[in-house]
Amino acid sequence: MTEDLATIVARHRHDPRRLVEILHDVTEAYGFVPKDIITELASMLAVPRGHVEGVVGFYAFFSDEPRGAYRVLFSDGTTDRMGGSIALLERMRASFGLQGEETSRDGRLSVGTTSCTGLCDQGPALLVNGHAIGGLDSARLGDVMALIRAEAPLAAWPRELFAVRSNIRRRDLLLATAITPGDAVSAAARRGRDDTLAEVARSGLRGRGGAGFSTGAKWGACAEAPHEPRYVVCNADEGEPGTFKDRDLLADHLDLVLEGMTVAAFAVAARHGFLYVRAEYRFLFAHIANALAARRAAGLLGPNACGIRGFSFDIELRRGAGAYVCGEESALLESLEGRRGIPRNRPPFPVTHGYDQRPTVVNNVETFMAAALVARDGASVLRDLGTRTSSGTKILSVAGDVERPGVYELPFGVTVQRVLDEAGASRVQAVQVSGPAGTLLSARELDRTIAFDDVPSAGAFTVFDDRRDLLAIIEHHSRFFAHESCGFCTPCRVGTTLVARTMGRIASGHAARRDLVDVARVARVMAKTSHCGLGLMAGNPVLQGIEKFRPVFDARLRPDDALPTFDLDASLDKSRDVTGRDDSEAHFTEEVRP
Amino acid sequence: MTTDRRTFTLDGHDIPFDEGQSVLDAALAAGLFIPFLCHKPGYEAHGSCRVCMVRVGGRWQASCTTPAAAGLEVESTVEDLVAMRREIVQFLFTEGNHFCPSCEASGNCTLQAVGYELGVTTPHYPPFSPTRPLDASHPEMLLDLNRCILCELCVRASANVDKKSVFALSGRGPTKHLVVSAESGRLADTSFSADDAAAHVCPVGVFLPRGQGFRTPLGARKFDVEPLRVAALRRAGGT
Ligand SMILES: Cc1cc2nc3c(=O)[nH]c(=O)nc-3n(C[C@H](O)[C@H](O)[C@H](O)COP(=O)(O)O)c2cc1C
Ligand code: SF4
Ligand code: SF4
Ligand code: FES
Ligand code: FES
Repeated sequence: MTEDLATIVARHRHDPRRLVEILHDVTEAYGFVPKDIITELASMLAVPRGHVEGVVGFYAFFSDEPRGAYRVLFSDGTTDRMGGSIALLERMRASFGLQGEETSRDGRLSVGTTSCTGLCDQGPALLVNGHAIGGLDSARLGDVMALIRAEAPLAAWPRELFAVRSNIRRRDLLLATAITPGDAVSAAARRGRDDTLAEVARSGLRGRGGAGFSTGAKWGACAEAPHEPRYVVCNADEGEPGTFKDRDLLADHLDLVLEGMTVAAFAVAARHGFLYVRAEYRFLFAHIANALAARRAAGLLGPNACGIRGFSFDIELRRGAGAYVCGEESALLESLEGRRGIPRNRPPFPVTHGYDQRPTVVNNVETFMAAALVARDGASVLRDLGTRTSSGTKILSVAGDVERPGVYELPFGVTVQRVLDEAGASRVQAVQVSGPAGTLLSARELDRTIAFDDVPSAGAFTVFDDRRDLLAIIEHHSRFFAHESCGFCTPCRVGTTLVARTMGRIASGHAARRDLVDVARVARVMAKTSHCGLGLMAGNPVLQGIEKFRPVFDARLRPDDALPTFDLDASLDKSRDVTGRDDSEAHFTEEVRP
Repeated sequence: MTTDRRTFTLDGHDIPFDEGQSVLDAALAAGLFIPFLCHKPGYEAHGSCRVCMVRVGGRWQASCTTPAAAGLEVESTVEDLVAMRREIVQFLFTEGNHFCPSCEASGNCTLQAVGYELGVTTPHYPPFSPTRPLDASHPEMLLDLNRCILCELCVRASANVDKKSVFALSGRGPTKHLVVSAESGRLADTSFSADDAAAHVCPVGVFLPRGQGFRTPLGARKFDVEPLRVAALRRAGGT
């Protein structure tokens, strides 16, 4: 049954800030966002039509073109590929006679790819109409294809196919400590606002989402900002390829996360919270909604939350829609306000001008968990673990060429080798810590430590053994950034594509020395001049690759100084297509190439 | 204006500024040129083209979005900075379809003028050669998106000055593109008029008034008569 647009919009109170939510519901009802619906929606929300069209066009999960009744998107993460996702994708397309991104003629099926879906420890994975299916192998893909052939409605597919299991392999402070809901908030209330802020600052807690900013300083700045109301946002967009720890934290430790958000709200006097979760984690939404309802029923959320008179706080679940850049905190705020996820200019910063231009704390899932423990047990719970500059523990998503992929909590200061030993790795060629935007380590650097002042990590820890083609991996990471660039600023919008294309030529052995010089130069331009962290880091895979694995690059380069970048044969693709020819006469062979 | 204004330095020169002024605007007003594309004095700073990059106390920043503050030490005319700006302009030429010799905007085009200013002679990188539409639906104006550099000036002018919101952006990353706010996607189906501010802010040659092609001969156009740097400083100086 197609839900009617007026009902959807009314449910969202005609609030244009809820546009991303509305578009999810429209997509659920219609399969896509038809052009006339965009027009109607714009007029119902009293916003320009171009605004709605622009938001639809920004997020990978929305489209104004009809798509298959079954929309299959293979997760195109690094480890999905290592597990053979491309062969599975090609098998499926061939089996249904599909070419590329097209929809089958009967409108039944479309098969495409999407950025890493966070099932790296249990991939390869795909999404069918937004529902994740992991652990793909030939047999499971066969089941999926049979169900699609039989036109079985998704609701009738075996539940087991959609099972995503938590995969926590090592517990330390955050994952081993039990907490009674409400205890940390009550402890904060007993201590009072100022002392809670001071305690968090004293704990040395630094953000676990990447930048490592002092949580105490962030909360303090927000608490001091004069405007009202204030907001607390939990960043669970987790889009960095190779990261999946927030997935398991939300699945198994949600109460501690919500507790931490409530502590933050108490400390900065916020009334409203958002939990922004990537749409790829659809399997978590019902669980999160239930947990929020349970906390409301228990008086932990809502008016006089946790029994604290005058403290009113509630949390709203919001979905992302397939945009890695929305993990950047100001882009996330734009998304929460129903706009394209373009990072804002700074200053001003979110702590003073965040959601709705009001003071806002944005923290990672894991940061809130640690903050809750500090509120309950004091600064020393973190101080007693880790290093001087990196107190506490780090939760890592370990995947790739390891025997036991999964989530590992270890004290800061742990060596990379120790993590490898925990997960079981041999013949290590390289480790990508914190995803493509992070640090690429060679086998000579395994004694380095996970810490803010050595190798910082937002969570990902992906291992490549010596059988992997590192250049193909670097190319793939470069393509990820090109696909995820928001397109706002010139260096990232153009540079990511230039790097991806050049890396493609290098990895496939069609490049010369000049291409290497060019690709490094472009990567440096992005690293210096981009508007946000995405572009600033997008050159990392190439720059670190060249720095640490130069012989691998050199071995793949042609001896020539420069090669033509124009592929004569490929330029005939269109003509071949139009004339329906594909014989040898319709191709340039190697010899005729300039 | 107060007599003892606060100052920052730009390449060693003292630059006075008003509260709230950006480094870029203050520099232009003081007669020192920093190239820029997505900025228009009087409009809110945008920060997207990155042509106005400078170094502030050693940090790379867009001068148009950096608030001027007393004591800042700003570098601008240094070779590595100029080289970066040159790269960014090359990126823009690489991304769009810019055939300057046959372009109606040649000589009036700020992208071209910034290119000359920085000594950019070729795009250097393999061109993307995108397929972009030409909208010839409107009686007064052609829209040739081949040249669009996605600076959003027309979007902002239409929304904030004309109060029409005729233009918007869609797509993202390499697929980002300008859209006309109509279900048909046609300019004729909007309230756009050739008198709109949006029709006159484009730094390149997307908006082409009908029936006026090459009326001003090449060689007698805006930047032929007055180089970009001179024109920008004259405008900022209020003369
Ligand atoms: C492109 C990009 C993606 C990001 N993705 C995430 C993310 O998925 N989760 C996250 O917590 N932080 C992410 N961040 C960092 C956030 O901007 C922000 O620093 C963080 O949420 C602050 O929380 P913390 O202090 O607790 O780390 C991202 C940053 C960038 C530039
Ligand atoms: S660096 Fe620029 S284009 Fe890239 S994501 Fe950030 S703002 Fe967007
Ligand atoms: S049409 Fe012109 S003004 Fe509008 S975004 Fe493109 S380049 Fe900028
Ligand atoms: S003029 Fe400053 S970024 Fe464009
Ligand atoms: S001169 Fe550059 S687009 Fe016309």
